[in-house]
Amino acid sequence: MRDVAVVGFAQSRQRRRTDGTTNGVEMLVPIFADVMAGLGIDKGDIGFWCSGSSDYLAGRAFSFISAIDAIGPVPPINESHVEADAAWALYEAWIKLQTGEVDTALVYGFGKSSAGDLRRALALQLDPYTLAPLWPDSVAIAGLQARLGIDSGAWSERAMAEVAVRSRRDAETNPYAQLTGSKDVDELLAEPYLADPLRKHDCAPITDGAAVIVLAAEDRARDFVEHPAWITGIAHAVDSAHLGARDLQASASTVAAARAAGIDGVEVAELHTPFTHQELLLRSELGFSDAVRITPSGGALAGNPMFAAGLVRIGEAAAHILSGSAGRTLAHATSGPALQQNLVCVMEGRDR
Amino acid sequence: MTVVEPLTAPIELSFDYTRSLGSTLGRFMTGLAGRTITGARCSDGRVYVPPVEYDPQTGAAVAEFVAVADVGSVLSWTWAGQPMPGQPLDHPFAWALIKLDGADTAMLHALDVDSPDAVTTGMRVRARWVTEPVGHIRDIACFEPDSVPAAEWPPGGDVEPVTMVTTPVALQVQHSASIQETRYLIGLEQGKLIGQRCPVCRKVYIPPRGACPVDGVPTEEEVELPDRGIVTTFCIVNVPFYGQKIKPPYVCAYILLDGADIAFLHLILDCPAEDVRMGMRVQAVWRPREEWEPALQNITHFRPTDEADADYDSFKEHL
Repeated sequence: MRDVAVVGFAQSRQRRRTDGTTNGVEMLVPIFADVMAGLGIDKGDIGFWCSGSSDYLAGRAFSFISAIDAIGPVPPINESHVEADAAWALYEAWIKLQTGEVDTALVYGFGKSSAGDLRRALALQLDPYTLAPLWPDSVAIAGLQARLGIDSGAWSERAMAEVAVRSRRDAETNPYAQLTGSKDVDELLAEPYLADPLRKHDCAPITDGAAVIVLAAEDRARDFVEHPAWITGIAHAVDSAHLGARDLQASASTVAAARAAGIDGVEVAELHTPFTHQELLLRSELGFSDAVRITPSGGALAGNPMFAAGLVRIGEAAAHILSGSAGRTLAHATSGPALQQNLVCVMEGRDR
Repeated sequence: MTVVEPLTAPIELSFDYTRSLGSTLGRFMTGLAGRTITGARCSDGRVYVPPVEYDPQTGAAVAEFVAVADVGSVLSWTWAGQPMPGQPLDHPFAWALIKLDGADTAMLHALDVDSPDAVTTGMRVRARWVTEPVGHIRDIACFEPDSVPAAEWPPGGDVEPVTMVTTPVALQVQHSASIQETRYLIGLEQGKLIGQRCPVCRKVYIPPRGACPVDGVPTEEEVELPDRGIVTTFCIVNVPFYGQKIKPPYVCAYILLDGADIAFLHLILDCPAEDVRMGMRVQAVWRPREEWEPALQNITHFRPTDEADADYDSFKEHL
């Protein structure tokens, strides 16, 4: 295995609505410039490009092709795309670096959720025979999952509100966050339901945004930065598409990915949890002690750019190592209904 | 350059997904057409409803199918206070995970109750069938509390095997033009052709792209271009197709405006198709001014001028 590290990360300000096109160019051009300036490189230094986005969200075919304009892809570049969160594009780039064909890769994700109706668009990721024709929206499915845990005593509406409060307060120090600051728990619990048992604070906001990460292998990584965030484990797994056959109070795929990645000793965990109860579920499944700092960026509950929010988790977790403020961190990304598909990436610094 | 708001317009994308079912889902849908619900018994002994096509433990094709009841218990529920287009009910309802009697997994469907106070975990519910089932998941209109008297259906006869389902899908998107596209479209409304120049490579793009594909930087300097140029390459359309507005044969061509570095597609009319050639000089034909809108359709087509053809060497890099 080659040693591969995150060496650069940039993201757009997470916003409820942007003026740009759904192909993301307006959000991507400045963050590409940002991450390359930070590393002192230009596009010629990138060996492989990989993106995550969705045409269902963009409302146009091949939107990712238009996004490539943001790169300047003439002469032709070595490029790929996943119709998934860009955390999975990062996984593909990591594999590409393992092949030895390239020494650097740039990964990006973008989504303009404000252009359409996100809750309905996400219904189309469901089983197309028995679920999608009913148009169960993403908040409804999360609500079904949340109630299972409430009924079983695994979590409570109060514990969920506590997650929301911590997330929004943590986001006060995140200049990219969409939502910051919070009422206290009792005030939140007095709010009406959005989709009983979920209240608005239990659900990630609708966000336009984009993010970019640069990966480099071995000596190239050491050339770029003082403290590369070396990826010591990365794995992803998926649960059944048969929603009703899953144990929705567990996350077998997260546990499998975590076991494969090796999560012992992490100091910070950036969890991609678009709903409050999902953080409680994952903390339990991953068995973190209280010493592990959970999602100090505020996470998806403070800003959830679709197809970038998982990549942002990796960038935020890497940033602790790049800055030298932590030695070993974990990022998690999710995709699909009710935490169906999950990726775990563990990074560490070696030069401290 | 004055500041403009990007032009936006709503678009609705819709499509009828037609899917073949295969043996397992075909059996399930055929069952629905006869108002019965079919599950698959897998190697773990559990009955999966709707049936899985392959055993989750072994990966083998599922071999044993069993009928389950159309009544069951609510495992979980959530409230849909504002139903969305396409959902099973158009008034507030509950979504429920329902374990049917005889099944070991839950199925998701709508539950028709008046308020969240009328639904509890564990409550007993029954499928409400549509009057004329066709072999689709929506043959179950929704579920209802089993305290509601059950509808009586005439005994079902033999049902033709269902092999396909059709599911209409529609999404609404508010499409935004980029700022560069907006300025180009507003220019067209004023009878102007507005391109933009890359600050690095100095190439002029029309329509402006927002970013130079060579350098990946925003294009900001505006360049007004003449409505004259040359044909770089072209094809003669001989094939009729649905929605065609011009009788074949006619010519579709890449047109490189004088001063531009990228060609765009348009029509060449007002001459026999066989007279069109690479390097031919052409000029735009505009609609009457009162019909101008922010669209390239303000130019109906290009027509030949009587100028001499351009040398091949002058446009070969644009092919």
